[in-house]
Amino acid sequence: MIRVVLPPHLRTLARVSAEVTLDVPGPVTRASVLDALEARYPVLRGTIRDHVTEQRRPFLRFFACARDLTHEPPDAPLPDAVASGGEPFLVIGAIAGG
Amino acid sequence: MSGVRVLVGTRKGAFVLTSDGKRSRWEVSGPHFAGWEIYHMKGSPADPDRLYASQSSGWFGQVIQRSCDGGKTWETPGGGVTKGPDGMPAGESNKFVYDVSAGTGKPLTTHQWYDGTQHPWEFKRVWHLEPSLTDPDTVYAGVEDAGLFRSSDGGTTWQELAGLRGHGTGPKWQPGAGGMCLHTILVDPTNPKRIYIAISSAGAFRSDDGGKTWKAINRGLRSQYIPDPTAEVGHCVHRIALNRSRPQVLFMQKHWDVMRSDDGGDSWHEVSGNLPTDFGFPIEVHAHEPDTIFVVPIKSDSEHYPPEGKLRVYRSRTGGNEWEALTKGLPQRDCYVNVLRDATSVDSLDPCGVYFGTTGGQVYASADAGDTWAPIVRDLPAVFSVEVQSLR
Repeated sequence: MIRVVLPPHLRTLARVSAEVTLDVPGPVTRASVLDALEARYPVLRGTIRDHVTEQRRPFLRFFACARDLTHEPPDAPLPDAVASGGEPFLVIGAIAGG
Repeated sequence: MSGVRVLVGTRKGAFVLTSDGKRSRWEVSGPHFAGWEIYHMKGSPADPDRLYASQSSGWFGQVIQRSCDGGKTWETPGGGVTKGPDGMPAGESNKFVYDVSAGTGKPLTTHQWYDGTQHPWEFKRVWHLEPSLTDPDTVYAGVEDAGLFRSSDGGTTWQELAGLRGHGTGPKWQPGAGGMCLHTILVDPTNPKRIYIAISSAGAFRSDDGGKTWKAINRGLRSQYIPDPTAEVGHCVHRIALNRSRPQVLFMQKHWDVMRSDDGGDSWHEVSGNLPTDFGFPIEVHAHEPDTIFVVPIKSDSEHYPPEGKLRVYRSRTGGNEWEALTKGLPQRDCYVNVLRDATSVDSLDPCGVYFGTTGGQVYASADAGDTWAPIVRDLPAVFSVEVQSLR
């Protein structure tokens, strides 16, 4: 199971209170994790990445294992600790504005 | 017992204010969608319990919310029988995708960018939601970058009325300081095929076939901030209003100038008259008196606050030109708030109630057509929009 931690506003929107756990078929990448997340919580479609281009929203970041993975290719494998469920994949709302 | 429900969108959430027909004691509910920008909320004239809200965020983009019980509970449309196994809505009510050319798959058109180049349309947010006058499931959305979308399934899916951008002048449109937004949508109550919209900063447009084709209706507007002051498009229209009993007469608050049209927008003439300044954002028409109109003059295009620090609504009972200041109950010193284009509304009770919200977080109400005012709430986040529902 893949563990995903969402920023508070997206937890409210998805009506979840803590970590989300997901089954991710195939290679565990940022794209496949977000695909699984959006399939389970369609209300999150368009809030993390654009509906059409699938570009990340500018004020969001992706962290895991104390690393910033934001600028890694979306199809790059996530760290083994994330793929094994040992560490969560973090979606972070950047510090920006009031 | 009659009553009113005031829907308030703010920079950090939505509030619902309710009162009986006396409009003197109020209950405040909210914040709903706390922390999100609520550009607009509006109820369906066909079903007052059906509300729509535009919820957006610089972080997370656009979400559309819908209530079927007058704002007590909300859902992202697409719920009900289409809910997924976890009970989550399966719709994509926040998916606003501009049409592309059927032949090439490329963008339908481009618009002027700040550096003079052409720029593709990019969706940013929904500024205004206009429910159909007759069908609670049909609602129009005015968006930034300027475009018009329609949903006929209660906000679950959205389709662009692309004839607006494609009618020929799109490449001449350009964003103003607040972005290139479609902020006004008026459906003619006597002819649902006739729709008016307004865009900052492109101007006003009208469709007579339900939104398929459009024409610019800016003849008579004069704007010194564009190279040709009388150009067909490029005018920064801030708001248009009409009275249901006389829908061919339109009133407009432009960037500067208050304007009037007596022929459905085919031509306009200025009615600023004795206003202390004719800059401003909102304009409203009295619910029962089609020649009684309200504006909130703002000092200038860079000084977005009332002249002399006095918050004054101006009322004309003559369809423009002759204006009187309404001040009773409004701050008359040291007041430097703004009133945004969607932040005024009227109810249809008798006497007509008038409402407006400020960027300082106050929502003021008058139960006597503007003669006297009192704040309903004083300390909300900056108010973006105010809509009033008259409940029977």
